[in-house]
Amino acid sequence: MAPAIEIRDARKCYGTLRALDHVSLEIAQGEFFGLLGPNGAGKTTLISLLAGLARADAGSLEVMGHDVVRAFRAARRALGVVPQELVFDPFFSVRETLRIQSGYFGLRRNDAWIDEILERLDLTDKADSNMRTLSGGMKRRVLVGQALVHRPAVIILDEPTAGVDVELRQGLWKFIRELNAAGHTIVLTTHYLEEAETLCGRIAMLKQGRVVALDTTRNLLQHFSGVRVRIRLLPDVLPPGLAPWHVAREGESEILQLPDHGAIERVLAALRAAQVQAQELEVLQADLEQVFVQMMRKS
Amino acid sequence: MSGFPTLLYKELLRFWKVTFQTVAAPILTALLYLLIFSHVLESRVQVYPGVSYTAFLAPGLAMMSLLQNAFANSSSSLIQSKITGNIVFVLLTPLTPLQMFLAYVLAAIARGFLVGLGVLLSTLLLADLPLVHPLWALTFAVLGGAILGALGVVAGIWADKFDQLATFQNFLIVPLTFLAGVFYSVHSLPAFWQRASHLNPFFYMVDGFRYGFFGAGDVPPLTSLAVVAGCLAGLSALTLRLLHIGYKLRA
Repeated sequence: MAPAIEIRDARKCYGTLRALDHVSLEIAQGEFFGLLGPNGAGKTTLISLLAGLARADAGSLEVMGHDVVRAFRAARRALGVVPQELVFDPFFSVRETLRIQSGYFGLRRNDAWIDEILERLDLTDKADSNMRTLSGGMKRRVLVGQALVHRPAVIILDEPTAGVDVELRQGLWKFIRELNAAGHTIVLTTHYLEEAETLCGRIAMLKQGRVVALDTTRNLLQHFSGVRVRIRLLPDVLPPGLAPWHVAREGESEILQLPDHGAIERVLAALRAAQVQAQELEVLQADLEQVFVQMMRKS
Repeated sequence: MSGFPTLLYKELLRFWKVTFQTVAAPILTALLYLLIFSHVLESRVQVYPGVSYTAFLAPGLAMMSLLQNAFANSSSSLIQSKITGNIVFVLLTPLTPLQMFLAYVLAAIARGFLVGLGVLLSTLLLADLPLVHPLWALTFAVLGGAILGALGVVAGIWADKFDQLATFQNFLIVPLTFLAGVFYSVHSLPAFWQRASHLNPFFYMVDGFRYGFFGAGDVPPLTSLAVVAGCLAGLSALTLRLLHIGYKLRA
């Protein structure tokens, strides 16, 4: 079975800016995959190459086994992209927009699926409203609908929940999860790291056009985050020996980032030696944000 | 199934939704030209024997309106889509460069046709208009609309902002259509300007179209047909090439 997405040594420069630098990546069919990185890391460039909105300087990219340049028609039929920018055609209503997008893929009797998309994205009431009259969150949902209208095997969501309120975001993720459970491959970029942590089975982190981490979400959390503890001291003075692990102060507590659980004993020993009492000590749950920050600092 | 019919439908719907602006307004403008010029020149100018100046002017104005609106349709659609960013919805699809080209150009021909037909029908209130060779008129209407539709695609792709497109329109399309013998026969011009007019491809579109009405023109219709068909072939090749390489559309 061909991978949903296969990228081999992709490179892309814009003038002197190296937007993608020897990126290789394979995403299996049915995965829920996260693509994370700070602004300018190359996430959108990578999506543009896959979608045919830009062409790689070197390397090859395939969607469901179809080369995005040589077999662009098959590759694009297999791909649905929710673009990051909030774009729309002001001439048309929501339903017209979805029908037209469906027609571009040769699907002209697609109203049952369009109705379902409208319902699942909570847009049924707005089906006949002009796109100009919709709020930002509603326009974002129409973008999601446009990406789904031809039932693509691979769905790329580039910041799909920006500007969408919490309740609708939950509904959107429920819908996307169901699509994933039905066999669709999902690739997600988001700035809400808790979303990626909750949804994605595997994550790639990009920085300056390079993949700096690629693993399952679970492994990333285990291997990269170490142990973070919150500790309240009496007297409220951190012994100098613990300064290298100190990352923040929260209220009356200090936050220490330790390499592993064994380091907790070394912290306690240092406190005893300095005659400082640990009034409270809490081991914090690792999250993707810590991993992300560490990775971006490290690489 | 192909996405071509849908892109064509979308392009037709786009101008159909604003027909006052895209069809009625240019018809009114052409009629005002006709009223003013025919009022001033009707009794002073006769270009062809037995043909009133108003009748002579009508096909030229219809063709001028057809050409300008065919250009406006494809160019404005593309520049608006590029600037608002919704061109991405077309670029993400399996549409081929040829399908995109045909959809934009056919929609441009359709709008040009509607405007041109509107001008001609309105003119019937003011003058008797023969139609000696309807097929010639139809051929030049289609080819002229296609050339300007393709030129509109090129301009829409090339321009990064409305100002650049307006420059293209005001400094190239409008002068070339006005100087194409819409208001006069090029035989009435001094020798130098006659030769200069023969370098203007728009002249052959207008003259060939007018031949269809009166059976007379400044150059033989086959010459006009050869020039117009050659221009369309060259421009189509250029447009398809730009769409194929994704010039200013795909990074």
